[in-house]
Amino acid sequence: MTATRLQPVISATGLRKSYGDHVVLDGIDLNVPSGTVFSMLGPNGAGKTTTVQILSTLIRSDGGEVRVAGHDLAREPEAVRAAIGVTGQFSAVDNKLTGEENLILMADLRRLGKREGRRRAAQLLERLDLVDAARKIAFTYSGGMRRRLDLAMTLVGDPRIIFLDEPTTGLDPRSRRTMWQIVRNLVAGGVTIFLTTQQLEEADQLADRIAVLDHGKIVAEGTPTELKRLVPGGHIRLEFAETTALEKAARAFGDAAPLDAEALTLQVPSDGGVASLRALLDRLDRESIDVAELSVHTPDLDDVFLALTGRQDGEMEVVA
Amino acid sequence: MSALTYTLTDWSTMLRRQMRHMIRYPSLTVMLVGMPVVFLLLFVYVFGGTLGAGLGGVAGGRSAYLEYVVPGILLMTIAGGAQGTAISVAMDMTEGIIARFRTMAISRASVLVGHVVGSLIQTMISMVVVLGVALLIGFRPSAGPPGWIAAIGLLVLTTFAVTWLSVAFGMVSKSVETASNIPMFLMLLPFLGSGFVPTDSMPAGIRWFAEYQPFTPIMETLRGLLMGTPIGNSGILAVAWCMAITLFGFVWSVRLYGRNPLR
Repeated sequence: MTATRLQPVISATGLRKSYGDHVVLDGIDLNVPSGTVFSMLGPNGAGKTTTVQILSTLIRSDGGEVRVAGHDLAREPEAVRAAIGVTGQFSAVDNKLTGEENLILMADLRRLGKREGRRRAAQLLERLDLVDAARKIAFTYSGGMRRRLDLAMTLVGDPRIIFLDEPTTGLDPRSRRTMWQIVRNLVAGGVTIFLTTQQLEEADQLADRIAVLDHGKIVAEGTPTELKRLVPGGHIRLEFAETTALEKAARAFGDAAPLDAEALTLQVPSDGGVASLRALLDRLDRESIDVAELSVHTPDLDDVFLALTGRQDGEMEVVA
Repeated sequence: MSALTYTLTDWSTMLRRQMRHMIRYPSLTVMLVGMPVVFLLLFVYVFGGTLGAGLGGVAGGRSAYLEYVVPGILLMTIAGGAQGTAISVAMDMTEGIIARFRTMAISRASVLVGHVVGSLIQTMISMVVVLGVALLIGFRPSAGPPGWIAAIGLLVLTTFAVTWLSVAFGMVSKSVETASNIPMFLMLLPFLGSGFVPTDSMPAGIRWFAEYQPFTPIMETLRGLLMGTPIGNSGILAVAWCMAITLFGFVWSVRLYGRNPLR
């Protein structure tokens, strides 16, 4: 079981794409194991959408080897298309048809047959909470409904690999959480997800692995935790009941630990690992310092992006 | 199912999509039917008396002009349909759903085929209405069943040709406005040909153009088939033009669709 799960279903080496002089993808490598969520994180214009467009056979790359679902992208695009589903950044629904008609259109194009098509459409309307809107024209849908319909259309064919290009951009927080839950359910069902996002929290919430894309290059890759370890800035926050304990602790840890006299807190630099935590606790014990509260703060992905690119998240859209 | 069955299934699915659009948003169809009917009535009842007198036939007058003008109005119906096709293709290509279709394992041509067959049906509906109105106001063709069948065949062939061309117009346009403007010249072709007045009444330059442009042999053939006027080599020219335009429009459309996925 473990072996098949680790089989890559999307792999790319040296993927390149330019439009004229403008280099969009500058040789990226990807490896997405089956049944996992791989997130490509980056600001607008980093090349995320272009990557999805290439991997989903929409446009051709200028160079590089790509295999999706065991098929060579350049030689067998039809076989790739049969295995994938794509939900793009801009809704790919037929605005002149109702939600139900959109799903039946997809079922017909997947050649499911009339009865099975209707059954599948009804089931997906239920699953994505669109039953009330089923007979309404998609044009009248809200952003969240449209995105759910879009995903439902992708799911009609029961694809094993799904590309989600910024699936929650422009959605309100509640719709965003609904979408996250849907993604988690899909992954639980064994689907592989390739997700692009410019929201740091989203990648952190959903992804098994994250690749940070900047100006067409992958500048870092790893699990969310690994990425956070790449940067300094983690600390352990100690809160004290009274000023004497705070002063005692401040003397023990020295200048490296910033002190907040108002809040009675001290921030001790730490990588958040168990060893450094144990050392800290031993020290507090030795010096007999009473601590009211202790919390570990690892750097968030904002810090990661800043550390990797040297840029503040100028182009990043951070959704609270 | 075989690959051919798959292809045909996709084509009929896309045609159903197109028909649903037409039924749900009938205003374009109403415009496409209404415009040639208005022109028919305008030319017969406003200009018909004078133009009919100038035809130089034995009978002359308004009723003679009605018989003369119907092929021109039918071609105008086709040209109007072309404009509708270009507009709906251009609008469709801006929709995200087209990108979705491209990432699906379906017949590549199915989107285009849906548009072409849908437009063909739409124009045929307009044509039936226009012919119905013409018959109602006194159009009495002398053709028997073979003549009618041949005339209908030529109308279908012409519509098919012009529709493929307008699909390409719709795709080459950067905006819906452009898509509605490009096929406008097709509306002028019946005027700059034998649609409304005989070409020998025109000054030399225009006359030369009128005699060699594709709509003239088509209109002359229709006139011959329906009214029994001499056809000469117009029939062969008409069919050759239709086939050439179809081929050109088809190749151009397929190339545009294949080359330009992101607009």
